[in-house]
Amino acid sequence: MSSAARDRIMSNIRAAAGDNVEVPATACLPIATYGPQEKIDRLKSLMEAVKTEVHVVSKKDWPTAVKSVLRRRKLKTLLYAPETALGPELEMAWQNDSEGLPELIIYEGDIESFKETLFQTDAAITTTVGAIAETGVVVLWPDSTEPRTMSLVPSVHIAVVDSATIYNSFCEIIQRQSWPEKMPTNAILISGPSKTADIEMTLAFGVHGPKELIVLILK
Amino acid sequence: MLEPTAFNFKKNISKALGDRQLRANLKSAMDGLKTKRLNVFADDDELQQLRILCNAIKKRALSRLPQLLEQLEEKCVQNGIQVHWAETTDAACRIVLDIMKQHGASRLLKGKSMVSEEMHLNQYLQKIGIEAIETDLGEFIIQLDGEPPSHIIVPAVHKNKDQIAKTFHEKIPGAPYTEVVEELNSIARKNLRQKFFEGQIGLSGVNFAVAETGTLCLVENEGNGRMCTTVPSVHVAVMGIEKVVERMEEVPPLLRLLTGSATGQLITTYVNMITSPRKPGEKDGPKEVHLVLLDNGRSKILADAELRQTLYCIRCGTCLNHCPVYTRLGGHAYGFVYPGPIGEILTPQIEGLDVAGELATASTLCNACEEVCPVMIPIPRLIRRMRTESYAKDSSATVKGHGYKTNFLESTVWKLWAKMNTSPWLNSLNSKMLGLLGGLLPKAGPLKAWTSVRSKPKFAAKSLHQRVKERGVNRE
Repeated sequence: MSSAARDRIMSNIRAAAGDNVEVPATACLPIATYGPQEKIDRLKSLMEAVKTEVHVVSKKDWPTAVKSVLRRRKLKTLLYAPETALGPELEMAWQNDSEGLPELIIYEGDIESFKETLFQTDAAITTTVGAIAETGVVVLWPDSTEPRTMSLVPSVHIAVVDSATIYNSFCEIIQRQSWPEKMPTNAILISGPSKTADIEMTLAFGVHGPKELIVLILK
Repeated sequence: MLEPTAFNFKKNISKALGDRQLRANLKSAMDGLKTKRLNVFADDDELQQLRILCNAIKKRALSRLPQLLEQLEEKCVQNGIQVHWAETTDAACRIVLDIMKQHGASRLLKGKSMVSEEMHLNQYLQKIGIEAIETDLGEFIIQLDGEPPSHIIVPAVHKNKDQIAKTFHEKIPGAPYTEVVEELNSIARKNLRQKFFEGQIGLSGVNFAVAETGTLCLVENEGNGRMCTTVPSVHVAVMGIEKVVERMEEVPPLLRLLTGSATGQLITTYVNMITSPRKPGEKDGPKEVHLVLLDNGRSKILADAELRQTLYCIRCGTCLNHCPVYTRLGGHAYGFVYPGPIGEILTPQIEGLDVAGELATASTLCNACEEVCPVMIPIPRLIRRMRTESYAKDSSATVKGHGYKTNFLESTVWKLWAKMNTSPWLNSLNSKMLGLLGGLLPKAGPLKAWTSVRSKPKFAAKSLHQRVKERGVNRE
């Protein structure tokens, strides 16, 4: 049924678009470029404007920053992925001192078996593939080690960005990381905690996604 | 539910204009949206460059629509997405239903989608006992009240928080009465979280589909869209065939204009780009992703070079916010899914002028919509085209239901009017008569209708011609 419909739609469209002159391809507009510090500053201020908590920290002691962020919140569980570069460092930091910190938990099995725990998890920490200075977002490519729901279901999401991967614009990250050749199952741009203005255009945070987004920029 | 057959535009307009609360709610929301848009497009040169670019992107995409749709289908299938084609909204509803049946699902979790509104999917499923749950907060609110959206982007814009507080308290079991926006939000969050947890099938719209990679791009702030497309084991995306773009690189400029025009945001909270179902080894994401491509009259619109521009629309809703008519009426008065200026050109083309042609009368042709349209659709020109075709009986007219307004009396009146104004002696006689007797015209018939909301015209005692003849022209 559907394929007959397809053929009819396609033949209608072919007839409709048939007489058309070729319209030239378009190119990206020239993009603004920012210096290394400017990128960090712009990313921070744009994300803070939509209620993201941003910390610029040194590459060496980022786990200390994570700890202080978490201690202030008194959470029970933190979901992390042991296989990422962040994993071993977190484990080490927790071994040294886990006083007042949430328990580290991992995404066990697939969502069907982990769902119950997932929906009760307080926080999750993930890597990013970069960030975009122009519009103030972090970019995630979830994968088998860091599933999609890690940055979606828990109330607090902590995203870690290497300052060397802050790109000027969305166009630039698409080009430099060759997105068209290797799109992942899901790519996601995130600018802040979940929000809505559906009631009287009043901005309120924490609707269906995370109530808080914390970004650590490693310098 | 608003049934197209019961569409009485004049009655709807009188009702809307008489609703002071509605007008107050709309005014504050529309003013806010306009200000936010201006702030995010502070650099007008940049905005104009972006508009020219995005107009060209859409123009090119539509000129290559057959190739792009084939490419999109091929890429999606390669990626593991199942592609379905629907000529009509009924066929699209059936496709969604069949997928649900295959999975034995009795509940559909919906992210915000205007195409699903166009399909009247909720009512379709409801009739056979399947529950469709709207998860976008605005859509959730109006679903509780059994209303259709009144705005493309802000579906519950016609309601204030007191009205919403009352709805929540009455319709959600156990919800306390509160007018605090944050508390209303958390009532919705709590209510829907359980549904997301249980959800088997999620449905979403599509903002842009990229042919080059077979990627579906979705834009949102709340996270409900991500929930619907990530947690359930099946995701069904519905889109109009005009939403396809050629290359990934074209998404950033379109996205910038979409979020800026729609809500005055530099970018939304989430831009969700879906390219495949869950791959082996991945732990979450739907195991099946379906894409339903809906025509519903779009291929016919494509055939006319001028009308084709209607299909450039990226559904940002900014023409609504800037329309002096929409901002006083709200969306419900328009009686169909797409209100405001874009609805005035899109709906008559889909439904037929004989059904919805009257929508094209709801414009002052002030051009505000054209000036703000991110993809530069000449909306006022297309509104005039709808008006002209409403009277066009001949085969030069292309819109379905054209010529429905043609009637003997009106065409005779216009013939006489033309005669009178092209014949000097008739024109002068008419001016004299109106000068003498115009003030005595009885308020009856067309004049009565005209003067019901306007002041009666005053005729000068002497025509301009006559005064020039008497006094000469003073050349300074």
